[in-house]
Amino acid sequence: MHIIRMTRIFLSMYSEGFKNMKPLGKKLWLIIGVKVVIFFVIMKILFFPNFLKTNFNNDRDRAEHVINSLIQGEK
Amino acid sequence: MEDLTLTDWSRAQFALTALYHWLFVPLTLGLSFIVAIMESIYVKTGSAVWKQTTKFWMSLFAINFAIGLATGIIMEFEFGTNWSNYAWIVGDIFGAPLAIEGIMAFFMESTFFAVMFFGWNKVSKGMHLFSTWLVAIGSNLSALWILVANGWMQNPVGMVFNPDSARFEMESFFDVLFNPVAVSKFLHTVASGYVMGALFVVGISSWYLLKKRHVIMARRSLVVGATFGLITSIFLLLSGDQSAHVIAQKQPMKLAAIEGLYDGHKRASIVAIGQLNPKKKVGNDEDEFLWSIEIPAALSFLGFHNFDAFVPGLDDLVHGCAEHDIDSVETKIQKGKIAIEALKEYKAAKKAGDSVVAQTALERFRENESCFGYGYLNNVEDVIPPVAISFYSFHVMVGLGSWFFLLFFLLLYFSMIGKLDDKKLLLRAALWSIPLGYIAGEAGWIVAEVGRQPWAIQDMLPVGMATSQVSTAAVQTTFWLFAIVFTGLLIAEIRIMFTQVKIGPEGVDHV
Repeated sequence: MHIIRMTRIFLSMYSEGFKNMKPLGKKLWLIIGVKVVIFFVIMKILFFPNFLKTNFNNDRDRAEHVINSLIQGEK
Repeated sequence: MEDLTLTDWSRAQFALTALYHWLFVPLTLGLSFIVAIMESIYVKTGSAVWKQTTKFWMSLFAINFAIGLATGIIMEFEFGTNWSNYAWIVGDIFGAPLAIEGIMAFFMESTFFAVMFFGWNKVSKGMHLFSTWLVAIGSNLSALWILVANGWMQNPVGMVFNPDSARFEMESFFDVLFNPVAVSKFLHTVASGYVMGALFVVGISSWYLLKKRHVIMARRSLVVGATFGLITSIFLLLSGDQSAHVIAQKQPMKLAAIEGLYDGHKRASIVAIGQLNPKKKVGNDEDEFLWSIEIPAALSFLGFHNFDAFVPGLDDLVHGCAEHDIDSVETKIQKGKIAIEALKEYKAAKKAGDSVVAQTALERFRENESCFGYGYLNNVEDVIPPVAISFYSFHVMVGLGSWFFLLFFLLLYFSMIGKLDDKKLLLRAALWSIPLGYIAGEAGWIVAEVGRQPWAIQDMLPVGMATSQVSTAAVQTTFWLFAIVFTGLLIAEIRIMFTQVKIGPEGVDHV
């Protein structure tokens, strides 16, 4: 019961906080939203694939690739 | 062979991201504590002025936090794409601290930030204050885990390299956590954040005093900021001393570079101010400086807490010094090549199912493992970090740090005797010290990161071997993309911050 009451207070704090937010707060949340889209959707997906995950199927192959780079002195 | 162009662009991109990220972080670290102190005074006194003061600085904290939020995550993207070898090799070591950092940041930010910004009049004063302090402590603990990871790169401890998984695997979490480089780095870095927060508060308060606006709030804020700044400046000085002591033991090349010391000797001096001789190279007879003012024996004391201690210079570290038991880089390169060759034999023997040969090769690898990274270097001089950048960055950092101490002292003194409002020059100096704080912080990172080149992991992995097989054009494209996005964020930060400062404390009822 205590946890439910705490959760309710917490959620109402968020909803009322957003409802009564002044222009500065709105502007900051907008910046956070735009940034999240740019970073996680555009940059991460389009420009930053994980090299080892994309090019190799399992950890054994990834380890093999890295150790071969180290042995051969090449990347 | 390493692709220097790709390596340099990957390096430049990481430096750009880290330097921009570091524009936002120190203010978060310092201002969060100052706000918590101000709110504590409000809760203790019940004064409406202190409540308004707390809310005003909290609004500026919110701007900085919101704009800086997630700028660090970009570095994680870069690890996976541009630095995949490195990311794989350190995955087991970095996994734990970065996971703790991520979980901690998420819970702190989603719960206590909400109370801090939305909880005024909805929770008790005590609960609100508790949340503000937890945000400050949480932000600083978050920095701890990042700096533990960074400290490990500068002094890899508590691990063993597994040639089957191609990873450094953690043997002792506590050795990694209490790594002396990580501890000194954390203390010095957060201290610089506290000083930055204090500079921000005294700078803006000074501007209000010069403009004769919000005078009561400005005076009170200035006293809190200057007191906090003076105390943390002393802490910054002491942690800097500790940091130099650790660097002298673990990264002597960095110490020699930041002091422009080529010819090591006992009773080595610190160069208080000086101009490096551009003609000076390792092994030649040119003077180290065109001119300099030095403090005798101070470097020996700083590095080894002994005025008579021998401090090795770049020449000693590159060519070796039998008298002081320092191996030459040539010897280390030979050992490194033996380690690489042994690793090659180990893998071949494992593939052929010959466990006896594999075991012998592994033993040979372990004997030479401490010089593993040197095996990838082509030239003994490759181990020298850029001396001019390291030297000037270090001296800018130290010079500005000394100025900040004096500034806080003068501000506090004139505040105490009630004559601060007349000291226009000092107030202007305080205002202009805000950008100087950022310059000092960035210079500190340049010292830490440029000074450890060419290593991604000290002595184990040179930067050139840490990168991925991606195209240089792709890294160049994302470099410029980041430059545009981060510059945009910086402009947004400055504009919104300026607007909020101009509005003043009246316009901050709800962020």
